[in-house]
Amino acid sequence: MAVQIENTQYMEKLNAKIPDGPLALKWTNYKNSVKLVNPANKRKIDIIVVGTGVAGAAASSSLGELGYNVKTFSYHDSPRRAHAVASQGGVNAAKNYQNDGDSVYRLFIDMIKGGDYRSREANVYRAAEVSNQVIDHFAALGVPFARDYGGTLNTRSFGGVQVSRTFYAKGQTGQQCLLASYASLNRQIKKGTVTMYPRREMLDLVVIDGRARGIITRNLITGETERHSAHAVVLATGGYGTIFYLSTLAVNSNATAAWKAYKKGAFFANPSFVQIHPTSIPQMNEFQAKLTLMSESLRNDGRIWVPKTKADKRPPNEIPEEERDYYLERRYPAFGNLVPRDIASRAAKERCDAGYGVGPTGLAVYLDFRDSLNKQGKKAIEGKYGNLFEMYRTITGTDPYSEPMRIYPAGHYTMGGLWVDYELMTTIPGLYAIGEANFSDHGANRLGASSLMQIAADGYFILPVTIGNYLADQIRVPGIKAEGPEFEEAEKSVADRLDKLISISGKQTAASFHRRLGKIMWDFCGMTRNEKGLLKALELIKDLRDEFWKDLRVPGSLNDLNQELEKAARIADFLELADLLVTDALNRKESCGAHFREEYQTPDGEALRNDADYTYVAAWEYAGEGKPHILNREPLRFEEAEMKVRSYK
Amino acid sequence: MKLTLKIWRQKNAKSKGKFVIYKMENVSPEMSFLEMLDALNKKLVETGDEPVAFEHDCREGICGSCGMYINGHPHGPVPAVTTCLLSMRYFSDGDTITIEPWRALPFPVIKDLIVDRSAMDKIQIAGGFISVNTGAAPEANSILVQKKNAEDAFDSAICIGCGACVAACKNASAMLFVSAKISQYALLPQGRVEAKDRVRAMVEKMDELGFGNCSNTGACEAECPKQIKLTNIARLKREYYKAY
Repeated sequence: MAVQIENTQYMEKLNAKIPDGPLALKWTNYKNSVKLVNPANKRKIDIIVVGTGVAGAAASSSLGELGYNVKTFSYHDSPRRAHAVASQGGVNAAKNYQNDGDSVYRLFIDMIKGGDYRSREANVYRAAEVSNQVIDHFAALGVPFARDYGGTLNTRSFGGVQVSRTFYAKGQTGQQCLLASYASLNRQIKKGTVTMYPRREMLDLVVIDGRARGIITRNLITGETERHSAHAVVLATGGYGTIFYLSTLAVNSNATAAWKAYKKGAFFANPSFVQIHPTSIPQMNEFQAKLTLMSESLRNDGRIWVPKTKADKRPPNEIPEEERDYYLERRYPAFGNLVPRDIASRAAKERCDAGYGVGPTGLAVYLDFRDSLNKQGKKAIEGKYGNLFEMYRTITGTDPYSEPMRIYPAGHYTMGGLWVDYELMTTIPGLYAIGEANFSDHGANRLGASSLMQIAADGYFILPVTIGNYLADQIRVPGIKAEGPEFEEAEKSVADRLDKLISISGKQTAASFHRRLGKIMWDFCGMTRNEKGLLKALELIKDLRDEFWKDLRVPGSLNDLNQELEKAARIADFLELADLLVTDALNRKESCGAHFREEYQTPDGEALRNDADYTYVAAWEYAGEGKPHILNREPLRFEEAEMKVRSYK
Repeated sequence: MKLTLKIWRQKNAKSKGKFVIYKMENVSPEMSFLEMLDALNKKLVETGDEPVAFEHDCREGICGSCGMYINGHPHGPVPAVTTCLLSMRYFSDGDTITIEPWRALPFPVIKDLIVDRSAMDKIQIAGGFISVNTGAAPEANSILVQKKNAEDAFDSAICIGCGACVAACKNASAMLFVSAKISQYALLPQGRVEAKDRVRAMVEKMDELGFGNCSNTGACEAECPKQIKLTNIARLKREYYKAY
């Protein structure tokens, strides 16, 4: 597909619909003037929600509480399995319970800076503003957050900030928040406002007269394709980090729903902004299907180091203090081990590439708790991170209480996603994207613990308000029926594609293609990128895609539970998305946040932004099979936050 | 390592299943149990067979998707791990490993090692929630929770809903699963308000769906990958008596 970016357009197609007024009043003003749907009319309106992570479950339950008819879809057997369950560290909120000077404004500034000035001010401010309600709501729903002896909530620190604002439930905060959202979803299922469709995978979006009106799903048990219609469709389908094959994500996480929306006209924003998390357990064998994250919260008490001597093979505990290089503390004295993720990841890569890496492959650094264990005692450390230490021991067979952990960066989170306006609506009227699925509030790099915050804010507090502005005009539209040429065409194209996948009858498994795609993406479009490598990646991806459609092997039948077919369909989409991801990385001739172009760096190896030319959201538009992606630009204006060189030194 | 795998294969809920023997070579002790099955499936697909269907997702022991009987134990012989985190270093060269789906009346087999666990969701739908609408929550620190109670609630709340407790129980009882949720909310002031309705509704649904009774054997606790304690069941019983 696209090697050169030929067609650029400015703005005409993008209206972010940012409300007027001062930043701190925009959300209030918006809520005061947004159109409402009266309770009797809500009952006549159907809404489809795809995905049951925190964002999807929260949106489903909140919309159900409001009285809409909600149909919720998940490819899991139960909504409780969604990957938000694996989020570990916590939820940020500007409560200032610590009296350490925190405020909504500071949380906003930290996120804007953390995102390296590539996010939309109004959205970020709103997320910070809503964060306090998120904590109130989760506490009321029974999330067993950590508490102090007086019964009040505890917090801890996360990377990229100098206050303590992260609420947590050991290293399982995501699990507890997801299960709370699952519980609120269950309450609405019981009331009959939400109908749950588990084991359904969305395989296409149905657009009628320019509006999102339904989806086509595959029933993963029977193999049947099904039509579902509604007045509006909400995608809460997560990120696309599994494009790297080895990542910290659940292995079934995929981009298919978002990619189908892209091909039906929703713009895809900043796809190359992918967060590589600095602290994952390194790959241990070639069959490995995923990498396990060790929470960023560990950097509160763990110190990261490598030996000062290259290829030092001594066991870590035999390397004396003066021969250790605590490189984050050395390079970034102000933030030390708590620099943002993009910086910590690149610093680890730099040391390993220079030959100082540890472990059998040399692709690892130490995360050492010795000093904290000596100072605070084993019990205190166990209280904070017990489950993480246990998980590390289970996976690696070594005990992190007596020996430092070995860690290395891994693909983790996608800041990019479907372009949405202030109302979280995509460029297709009636199609919304929430949670990680949108390009959201994190700019070019997400700060730790702001993901749970944003997905809950989107699902519980923002979408249920903004969607009313669209639905208020839909009350005269009678119930949408799942029929007509658009449904027929979409269902047929889904059936044709599945049929094509299963009838290639080649030799290679879907996973083997995925593994190879992941390696291309990691090598050429991972922690650092350069033009030569990206151009090469485009060719390699095209070749791999051609090979995929010639030599894929999917056993079994279409009309049955067929996990190989599920995988193949997802990887077919990843092979297309990969092209867009690389195209976006090529287009952005600057370094910002997680997007590090080797050609654009300061003499001491830090990211060098080009604000004059790239202070915009790259919103890509599908132009048709085989045609170059079209670049649309949404200029970013910073009225409150002063654009500075991001420094954590 | 060389291994012999004896795996339950069943096309769907209606057809009859049987054990099929597979030989595996070059199994690395560094692999997880599911990676070993991935390797088997790769071989099966490449040689024209249908792969063994099993559920899995996060592969870090938190989503609760995976679960199978391994040598007579749910999630295998190692305590406190899910199947996805079970390392092959616990097996030896030449071992025969028997792999079966969860066996319990309320969990019908869907295919091979996949069972239908939607009955567990149905119990949660019956009452596993605190009734607070979005926007109605009080300021978070206005609800004070004793540190000890918050910690105990957390220890109950970490149930991953995998179904190992039901599969381990000779009565296919879901008492440990249900009691974990009841306990979490019973220990928190937020959950006390509707505690009676909740315990009645969840227990009634559990019985209705065909889960058996608890006879205090403790197999559930022994096999739970998250080490949910039997004391939760005691608390469930107390809550239940209080509700009538």
